[in-house]
Amino acid sequence: MCLHFSTTMPLSTQSQAQDEQYVLVASLDNARNLSNILKAISFKDHAIFSATTNGLKVTVEDSKCLQANAFIQAEIFQEFTIREDLVGFQVTLTVLLDCLNIFGGSTAPGVSTALRMCYRGYGYPLTLFLEEGGVVTVCKIKTQEPEEPIDFEFCSSNVTNKVILQSESLKEAFSELDMTSEVLQITMSPSQPYFRLSTFGNSGNAHYDYPKDSDMMELFRCTKTQINRYKMSLLKPTTKALALSCKVSVRIDNRGILSLQYMVRNDDGQICFVEYYCCPDEETDDE
Amino acid sequence: MKFRGKIVDIACLNHFSRVITTISKLTKTCILRLTPDNLFFVLCGKVANGGVSMWCELSQANFFDEYQMEGMNPEDNEICLEVAPENMSRALKTVQNAKVVKVKLTKKHCPCLTIVAELPTLSSVSRVVTHDIPVDVIPRRLWHEFKEPTVPDFDVIEANLNGEMNLKIETDLVSVTTHFKDLGNPPWGDGASQGSSSSQSRDPEAMAEARVDIRRLQQFLMGQQVNPSKAMCNIVHEKVVHLILLHDDMSLQYFIPAVV
Repeated sequence: MCLHFSTTMPLSTQSQAQDEQYVLVASLDNARNLSNILKAISFKDHAIFSATTNGLKVTVEDSKCLQANAFIQAEIFQEFTIREDLVGFQVTLTVLLDCLNIFGGSTAPGVSTALRMCYRGYGYPLTLFLEEGGVVTVCKIKTQEPEEPIDFEFCSSNVTNKVILQSESLKEAFSELDMTSEVLQITMSPSQPYFRLSTFGNSGNAHYDYPKDSDMMELFRCTKTQINRYKMSLLKPTTKALALSCKVSVRIDNRGILSLQYMVRNDDGQICFVEYYCCPDEETDDE
Repeated sequence: MKFRGKIVDIACLNHFSRVITTISKLTKTCILRLTPDNLFFVLCGKVANGGVSMWCELSQANFFDEYQMEGMNPEDNEICLEVAPENMSRALKTVQNAKVVKVKLTKKHCPCLTIVAELPTLSSVSRVVTHDIPVDVIPRRLWHEFKEPTVPDFDVIEANLNGEMNLKIETDLVSVTTHFKDLGNPPWGDGASQGSSSSQSRDPEAMAEARVDIRRLQQFLMGQQVNPSKAMCNIVHEKVVHLILLHDDMSLQYFIPAVV
């Protein structure tokens, strides 16, 4: 790859007229409010972007069994203009993250990269204007035809068991999980052990129990005993989202599909959500 | 041929060490040229190292408390050695806290640059550490290869250019351009500079560009251990990128040839 040096003509500034060519324009004073949350779902190369007047949804999927969604509402952006009901495209997420961090991702206070993300529509690249300290970088990222995200048909009315926990407690457990175990077993029940995480690794079996009256337990709504196993390799990426979050909701529906919803606070204290859906590992039945 | 130098100031020692570490990140071997007033670290552009060349000039008085050298003969009062800067860097890193560091040219089983350091201990007796760094003496007949590079006729030397520079990369997936504005365009030369008449007729907004191997540029930038007071970039259209870092007591020039 070659680096092209040149001295050049004055940088042209974006004008109102030029804006009209874009179907989507989203601006952030601090690009980290987007890059941090995207990092939490960056376990695969490609991401599907879906924008509506409500904001931006970014989806990443793995082997049809795992899906991560990051929601950044329109209110988070300093500017969010969309000229169609639904704007969708797909980009290589790793490239996007590299561009968002082009100025080195310094965490020094008061130093942030401003972002203006523009999209002209089908067939056009996603254009990012990033500025820090008077230096402007323009990135044009190739877009692909967006794949249709899987619809797991997960709805609240089919949820059998639900808990909301403070992330702190889960962070500890997840950092100690026995990775030699092929599965993570989740037990949810109105009676003992209430909420249990189990692993079956080379060194033996391990259980993490969360009693329903624990300080960490903000909500406990379990109606029926369920024991489900999920592939550890699929759940591993969720730890990134967990690390950023302050609260997690764990729900399992009547088919054993797991929904993890993470409440994430950004640099400015605003709330965004990241959710993961995971299918249960074949062999288990509900009791 | 003789050379003896002594460094007693810890700040000078650290600075010297950092300069050599910077050089060690740019190249595995280079030429060390010693003259009565200066030390030069020189790398000649060869196909093997991607054609990049480097010239680093240090004023000896800014580092050494004592400095004595005797070249080949009074007319050629210089010493040229081929050295691996990594070896020097490692040796200097181990003697960061020394009270005194002496550098001298010696002959052990082969010619060596010997670093002798007195390190402080809890007792009154200092610990002495000696590093022998093998070097090759460059014969007089090859010295012409290591002259200061002549300043090429630059395309960007006018003060009235708009002080803008762009860095661009392009891959299959993405194109990225970074725009720098409000950069200074220092006047170059002292009236006798080459090409001054042609430069006046140049359009201040016209681009001078060069395509270079990004790894060479990265190598140069990542290796920097010393904060320069000034950094300059000169471009000869489609030929070479010339990077200059200026410090109070040192200058480092790096030439990256353009690729087709």
